[in-house]
Amino acid sequence: MAIDMSQFHQVFFEECFEGLEAMELGLLNLDTGDIDSEVINTIFRGAHSIKGGSCTFGFNEVADFTHIMETLLDEMRDGRRKVTQLVIDVLLGSVDCLRTMLTSNQAGQDVDGATVEKYRAALEIELNGSVKEPAATASVKIQIVNESSAMATVADEGALIEKGWKIAFCPYLDLLKTGNDPVRMFRELAELGQYSVSVGTQDIPAFDELDPDECNLSWTLEVVGDIAVEEVKEIFSWVEGDCELDIQPFTKTTAQPAPVEKITAAELPAQDLQQLKAEQVETTIYLNTEPPRPEVRQSDNDQLKTSVKASSSIRVDTNKIDTLINMVGEVVITQSMLSLIGENFAIDQLPQLKRGLAQLERHIRDMQQSVMNIRMVPISFVFSRFPRLVHDISSKLGKKIELKLVGENTEVDKAVVELISDPLVHLIRNSLDHGIEIPADRIAAGKSETGTIELNAYHRGGHIVIEISDDGRGLDRNKLILKAIQNGLIDESSILTDKQAFELIFMPGFSTAESVTDISGRGVGMDVVRRNIQALGGNVEIISNLGKGTTISIHLPLTLAIIDGQSVAVGDEIYIVPLVSIKESVNITENMLNKIADKGETFRLRDQYIPIIRMHDIFNVQPNNKSNTGEGVIVVVERQGILCGLFVDELLGPQQVVVKSLETNYRRVQGVSGATILGDGSVALILDIPGLVRFSNR
Amino acid sequence: MASILAVDDSTSMRKMVAFTLKGAGYEVEEAIDGVDALAKAQTMQFDCIVTDVNMPNKDGITLIRELRLLADYKYIPMLMLTTESSIEKKQEGKAAGATGWIVKPFDPDQLLKTLKKVLG
Amino acid sequence: MAQELKTKSADHNSNNNERENTAQYLSFTLDSEEYGVDILRVQEIRSWEPVSRIPNVPHYEKGVVNLRGSIVPIIDLREKLCIKFKEYTPLTVVVVLQTSDDNKTRTMGVVVDSVSDVITFDKTKIQGTPDFGTKVSNEFINGLVMVNERMLILLDVDKLLELEDLEMEY
Repeated sequence: MAIDMSQFHQVFFEECFEGLEAMELGLLNLDTGDIDSEVINTIFRGAHSIKGGSCTFGFNEVADFTHIMETLLDEMRDGRRKVTQLVIDVLLGSVDCLRTMLTSNQAGQDVDGATVEKYRAALEIELNGSVKEPAATASVKIQIVNESSAMATVADEGALIEKGWKIAFCPYLDLLKTGNDPVRMFRELAELGQYSVSVGTQDIPAFDELDPDECNLSWTLEVVGDIAVEEVKEIFSWVEGDCELDIQPFTKTTAQPAPVEKITAAELPAQDLQQLKAEQVETTIYLNTEPPRPEVRQSDNDQLKTSVKASSSIRVDTNKIDTLINMVGEVVITQSMLSLIGENFAIDQLPQLKRGLAQLERHIRDMQQSVMNIRMVPISFVFSRFPRLVHDISSKLGKKIELKLVGENTEVDKAVVELISDPLVHLIRNSLDHGIEIPADRIAAGKSETGTIELNAYHRGGHIVIEISDDGRGLDRNKLILKAIQNGLIDESSILTDKQAFELIFMPGFSTAESVTDISGRGVGMDVVRRNIQALGGNVEIISNLGKGTTISIHLPLTLAIIDGQSVAVGDEIYIVPLVSIKESVNITENMLNKIADKGETFRLRDQYIPIIRMHDIFNVQPNNKSNTGEGVIVVVERQGILCGLFVDELLGPQQVVVKSLETNYRRVQGVSGATILGDGSVALILDIPGLVRFSNR
Repeated sequence: MASILAVDDSTSMRKMVAFTLKGAGYEVEEAIDGVDALAKAQTMQFDCIVTDVNMPNKDGITLIRELRLLADYKYIPMLMLTTESSIEKKQEGKAAGATGWIVKPFDPDQLLKTLKKVLG
Repeated sequence: MAQELKTKSADHNSNNNERENTAQYLSFTLDSEEYGVDILRVQEIRSWEPVSRIPNVPHYEKGVVNLRGSIVPIIDLREKLCIKFKEYTPLTVVVVLQTSDDNKTRTMGVVVDSVSDVITFDKTKIQGTPDFGTKVSNEFINGLVMVNERMLILLDVDKLLELEDLEMEY
């Protein structure tokens, strides 16, 4: 039966990546000095599964590599090898290497041999104290080449072709308890050649002592034909140790005496060893002459297609789907009730109808909630990569840092999860690099040697909040202000509150690091982090205590598909302003605006002049009566600390809107980030505040 | 046709085994570890168990040992899928009551051949 | 060749041996001329309804509507083809078409004066793009065909609905 194994590749890769994550986590746990045999076992199991799968699915490079890791881990598991920092680092490196190999395999690309060799060498050194010669490396493949081919070699080497075999088979009493059936074996034997059997009943006890679970019979079998001894032995291979087995060549005419093959449990190890040697020889040849490349490449190419498709898939807890299905059921019931009312409607049924409609509305709202829920994944998808990050960077920096993760199960839209990852990495690197002090400094400051970084996620009012706190040195507001003045970001006379001072780090062209390290401070600054977070409709705040630590909180909408908006009227048209960008709204009349030559109009908001965008003008809206009165509303919007006022006719009210893309069927439009469908079925455009602010500040 | 319980914590391996067996006409139930398998074996009767050895929660050898204690599974063939070619592991499995083993990597044909052997 | 086509179409419909050779077009009028679009590209026909205007786009892109939850742009075909604009009436029709460019499928609506018919004709009767004056620029035309003494101008939906790039100022 030909089975296309490539159909299982995607699942295989997915579980490998999961396995690697578990291994990494385990290794990091060991790293903290908590040496738990169950943890080692978990890591071992990860390597073991990857090895098993990769050889089954033909990814031999991966299988080889994992085999070495497995051997090392096995020794750790048995206590034959001590868990040292070095071995953990080597294994962590190997996990990375494996991940790279698997990613290449998944994409159908060649594995970077040099890198693999580097890690392999590191593993070998750890394992044997030296790097093996290439030939020896090949011998590692023993275990992954299938046994039957090895058997054949043994047959070639040792077995003269005999005319037949005489087999004395005397099972121990417990043979049947392993599910083995002598009849089955005899039947197989019969397939090899002409066979005869005689049964020995001499050991059957008296009837009242008979235990039907025991095997009291013994047999003598003869099988005639050109049969290799290995074929006979294989039939009995599962019952080795459960029986007395004596296989003698059955010769009448052969002059040359054949070797006697007698297998008992005691002889097994030697037998096994011999087999092992034969396998080594065989395997090496196999590898040198016909690397199984072409086949692997073929299936990998298939893989590429599926992996592209899979990238937009989502794993959903079946509970969520069940909830949704229940909800749909409710809707169907309500709908049928309503149509029953409708069929024979009399006016006195009006209250019933209203009740039904109210019920339908409630169900549909619940259903919307459940559907949105399907897109929600735990934030742990992002958090899980941080222990490794912290481990790597802290050892590089010579700092001692403990990472605490809180609220990992907090759920957030999949799209948000994917986009928030990079900004978080940046913030954590910052904390590691600039926040937490080196141990000596910490002790001098009267703190514990080990610094703490806490990542905390929780929901608050339709938003997810992610906090990154460290107990490091905190931000020095005077230093920040000095730096900002130096860089020409503010002038010397500026008076800033603490909050405003801390916010300086989010300004483009601001860097607090006294020296640029390779951990952070490579040009991409906090301004980019903030921009990315704002692009998601979120914002970021910072609180710091000099000498005590810093907390950065990120507020993000739970989903990108629904936003809180403020609908505004411009002429006869309706636009939506995302609520998150709105600072305040002010009713004004024309004469409150100041015209500045070449600079457009500004509006004085308390002590600040802010530029005005007349929505009528930039969107070419026909003014209506209301617009002509010269009265209107300034909606003050903010983007990266820069304010701008949108001059509209009227505020219509806040509402939640479902964001739809204009680009699906149409095009990108300046000043517009998307569209939504209003209650009356008409379309309203959602304003692109960052774009408009950029425009106003040109 | 005989019904088989395929036990493996690795989804890809389990699916591969299940797919192969179903293709050959067997009825196949899947279990993700020893605990799951034991529970399933107690609610359904299988004609054969094919289990991975190294699994979380309950490994394959323990599973076989515990299944053998059940009257319904006293003589049922149970095969270990193992990468461990070491004789100790096989012996350990056999001591627990395994009928035999299939060494990974195996191809679908090998698996079917072996099953045919034990299921007659 | 003809033999081949016959056997092929026999699988689909034995009553219509000529199917492989025929084309079906939806015909509609703009001003005094009759145009056709491949029926396979037509998703539905709707009456005109008010659109939400989109700022700063070419004048023939009239705006967008909500088509069962999707935002779909509406293009005035008269204006796109440089024919004099005509006020919309309750009889004005929107033909919703599927277009594809760069492997991306879009749904778009075009405003036409009225829809006339579904016309079936022999593909071999299609004449090349004419040299003589139609009001429409040649780039959108696939060819011409004479059906019952009338001339039908066959439009290339993808080219017709290709959106021109706009300059982005911010």
